[in-house]
Amino acid sequence: MRILTIVRQVPGAEESLRIKDGKVDLEGRKLVIDTMDEYGVEEALRLRESGAQAEVVVLAVGPARVEEALRTALAMGADRAVLVETGVALDAISLSNVVAQVAAREEADLILLGGQQADWDSQALGAAIAERLNWPQAAWTNLLAVKDTTLTGRHDVDEGTESFELPLPAVVTTQQGLNDPRYPTLPNIVRSRKKEIRREAFESFSVTAKLKIVGEEIQVKQRLKMILDGKDAQAAASRLVQLLREEARVIA
Amino acid sequence: MILMVVEHANGKASKSACELATAARQLGGEVAALVLGSGVAPVAAEAAFIAGQVLVADTPSLAEYDAELWAAAVAQIARAGEAHTILIAASRSGCEYSPRVAVKLDAPLLEDVFSLQHIDSVFRAERYTYLNRVTERIEAEAPLAVVTLKPGAFAAAVPATEAAEQFDVDLELPQRRLVVTARTREKSERISLTEADIVVSGGRGVGSPEGFAELIEGLANQIGAAVGATRAVVDAGWRPYAEQVGQTGKTVQPRAYIAVGISGAVQHLSGMNKSKVIVAINKDADAPIFKIADYGIVGDVKEIVPAMIRELRK
Repeated sequence: MRILTIVRQVPGAEESLRIKDGKVDLEGRKLVIDTMDEYGVEEALRLRESGAQAEVVVLAVGPARVEEALRTALAMGADRAVLVETGVALDAISLSNVVAQVAAREEADLILLGGQQADWDSQALGAAIAERLNWPQAAWTNLLAVKDTTLTGRHDVDEGTESFELPLPAVVTTQQGLNDPRYPTLPNIVRSRKKEIRREAFESFSVTAKLKIVGEEIQVKQRLKMILDGKDAQAAASRLVQLLREEARVIA
Repeated sequence: MILMVVEHANGKASKSACELATAARQLGGEVAALVLGSGVAPVAAEAAFIAGQVLVADTPSLAEYDAELWAAAVAQIARAGEAHTILIAASRSGCEYSPRVAVKLDAPLLEDVFSLQHIDSVFRAERYTYLNRVTERIEAEAPLAVVTLKPGAFAAAVPATEAAEQFDVDLELPQRRLVVTARTREKSERISLTEADIVVSGGRGVGSPEGFAELIEGLANQIGAAVGATRAVVDAGWRPYAEQVGQTGKTVQPRAYIAVGISGAVQHLSGMNKSKVIVAINKDADAPIFKIADYGIVGDVKEIVPAMIRELRK
């Protein structure tokens, strides 16, 4: 089988953000593979290592810098990579079109990616890819195994969890707890330099963005920051309850 | 026509249905509410007071939610009714099937928005990005858009005095492919996290599962709040995942968020930083949570929270 994993580059969670000309400016920010995508790469490698005859292909779509994310995934152990370079700001629905076309060309059986994109705060990509390919999807998966052409696993739903069975081909999006991604080791980093990154021209996909980002801003809500000293617990607690009742009026 | 999908649980329309109705009324024009499920007559009856008409697909095959079935149903109804806007709650299931609807209808998806306008075939909306840190304004020009609404962002619509007409609809539904072999529902008597006015959340600072029960549940019970937890607490197995607030859990925006023994990692803040009033209780004065707190106490949560509960009982 062939597993396609998708990696996107996002600012590290601890990075501060800044705005330039009404847009988030990533220049000089430390960019990393979205943690939830990393779970997808790791899971693909584990499925391969668990005996599934699998080739792991990693895909990135974006500006030239996303090649770093592909290199990292290759150093983790992915077999080869596909890079679709573009400066176009794609939304989840339009990006899913590119991914689905790559998946079809690659004859992928399973697509693994993050359950939520940490820059877009979006959960749409996995489902949109599945719909384009007319495949089923399991979202927010925290346990996964493959046997022949059936996936079994467990995933989070609105209130609780479900164990599921799913026929391949399918899309699986990740959730925390699925695995603990490995760090690339030095020998694997060296080895990965020889691995193939195939470049595909963005224009060949005939995809345009469905959404336009008109502006981005960081709105910092002014907080009161009325912080009491709790050495005298009872006095501080009484005062806080009084503030919440009489000033904030959030409790009766 | 604006088509709004009514989410429901335990035979009742969710609070989100009334929020969708508010957004629909603000956009203006005809509004149809769609109720999908099995044995959903009570839900349809409720929906009749918040929309101009109710479309009901009441069939055993819709007894349990499935993304492919829901997407197929919504797309069919939207086509038949020539909907120009489809409103769906940005719950986990709503976020899962809405992209499928958008792809089926070749429509843009405006996801998890907290404001929405539709003027001359241009949809404008605002949403949060970068772990809830950035406000993004988006625009799509299209004859039809799929929009998911952030829970709690729109006020609940006041029900009309007269019930709207109900219509049964027939659907051609695909076969389920995701087969559920076991289900764990984390049932709680308590109000749900995303619908609560007040949330009391606990972190590792409460010390133990017992400490969590005593302090967090104790305080929540006293003020009728929902219970939340950090990822660390959930990972440690102290609390169920359904209570997790943050990047990989739920996003909440209550009137008051009381964070107890929570230091405030970015991933947690992304799930609660838009709360109207934030209260923090933590022993570490330098904890990041205090930077976004309106009120707080630096001190031992094991002394302060019981003292608060005593005070509230007075």
